[in-house]
Amino acid sequence: MRADVKLDCFGLLCPMPIIETAKKIKELKVGEILEVLATDEGIKTDMPAWCKATGQEYLGVEEAKGEYRVYVKKIV
Amino acid sequence: MEKPCLPAGREKFNIVVFSGDMDKVLAAFILATTAASMDMDVSMFFTFWGLNVLRKKKLTSGKNILQKMMNFMNRGGADRLPLSKFNLLGAGPAMMKIMMKQSRVPSIEEFIKIAKGLGVKLVSCTTTFGFMGFAKEDFIPEVDSFAGAATFIQGAREGKISYFI
Repeated sequence: MRADVKLDCFGLLCPMPIIETAKKIKELKVGEILEVLATDEGIKTDMPAWCKATGQEYLGVEEAKGEYRVYVKKIV
Repeated sequence: MEKPCLPAGREKFNIVVFSGDMDKVLAAFILATTAASMDMDVSMFFTFWGLNVLRKKKLTSGKNILQKMMNFMNRGGADRLPLSKFNLLGAGPAMMKIMMKQSRVPSIEEFIKIAKGLGVKLVSCTTTFGFMGFAKEDFIPEVDSFAGAATFIQGAREGKISYFI
């Protein structure tokens, strides 16, 4: 999936990928897509939950060899 | 697509941090920073042993001899908190800190900075403060306010989630 901004959270445990995402999303413009790279499996359920709480759009996750690429579209 | 909360209607998350144990305080900070990053207004109310998290590292403090003796035994400082299990005279927390660093988990001091950056309010209990004989200078500058139980209860009444750790 095409992303405008990448956020490297490899090796970070919960809740740091979510906290870093919350900081990073502020730098994006509405409509842009953020790609979060993570190795903590919690991201699979945490990111949709975070999006639900903050009103951002969860676009999905790509998983390969214990690496997760999560996509979030900035809505607000 | 659910609508986000309006700024005026932000939900509140209140935590009483009664414990001064590193593991429990870590759990409190994980929840507090996560809630703050999920657009909640978060307030952490530190009381009893929890106040050690916000105390500066001083040999002792207090106004009378009993307070000075107690505060000498119960030393403050976010980096010298014991573990609730396997403390082993300080060997447990030392091992835990190394393990946390290896996994890039922030320390309690780092979590205080992260929490402040996300707008989490750190509140110190005035009752514990009073009978332990602390002075405001005994606390780190990150403390937002000094307040009593009614402040917490009112916050909890208005709040969405309230925890006691």
